Amino acid sequence: MTDNRRAFIKKSVALSGYSILATGGLLASPEANAEWLDETTSTQILQQTLKRLFKDQKIIESDQIDIQIPKTAENGATVPITVTSSHRNVESIAILIEKNPIPLVAKFELSPDLDPFVSARLKIAESSAVAVIVETNEGFFTASKKVIVTPGGCEI
Amino acid sequence: MSSIKIRTKRMEDGKTQIRMLIAHPMEHGRNRDPKTNALIPAHFIQELTIEHNKNIIISGNTGANISKDPYFAFMLKGGNAGDKIVISWVDNLGNEDIQEHVIK
Repeated sequence: MTDNRRAFIKKSVALSGYSILATGGLLASPEANAEWLDETTSTQILQQTLKRLFKDQKIIESDQIDIQIPKTAENGATVPITVTSSHRNVESIAILIEKNPIPLVAKFELSPDLDPFVSARLKIAESSAVAVIVETNEGFFTASKKVIVTPGGCEI
Repeated sequence: MSSIKIRTKRMEDGKTQIRMLIAHPMEHGRNRDPKTNALIPAHFIQELTIEHNKNIIISGNTGANISKDPYFAFMLKGGNAGDKIVISWVDNLGNEDIQEHVIK
């Protein structure tokens, strides 16, 4: 956590320096504000969980993973998800929810007899990003999608 | 009566979809009993194994973030009528169940 905060402070200092340069010392520019929002809603916590789980393996963002999940969920207790991938030689598929107390949902090790296809139903405590990690023999790939859970869906 | 319901469907492209519905509370240990206000102990499926003709095709670790009465679906490349599918689970309290199914 300290590392995270340190990185955040470092970045926000750099950011404010930038905004002073950009606006000539006036109030923070809209661009800087947008960047700050991006910083606070980024998937950093998720990245830390991933580091713990996958031991500093390089995880590459991929557009070959398709996550089908509703954008808004009225009931966070059952959110259907379907993951498919066009990567070859998929060995395992893991699903994580960023803001759940325990982010890891499930990890399925798939034999070569199976298509890279997993469908399940998740409990999502609050609006959060849902990330999928696909392990192939060429490395790890990830993709994520944001889900908004409307109030009332917290009693999971 | 088994807790596992299995359905398989052979697709036109030769693949077989395996779907399962498991009756299980999947408590994550943070819910409270509405009457006594006591925490309900965690009780969830930890391991899910699927065999196809005695070959393990899926070994999965699941956590309490899976919904109550979990549903899973997987897609098998191939699969013929008469093939046997065996699904089993183990939960964190050591309970387990197993169910066989024959692809039609």
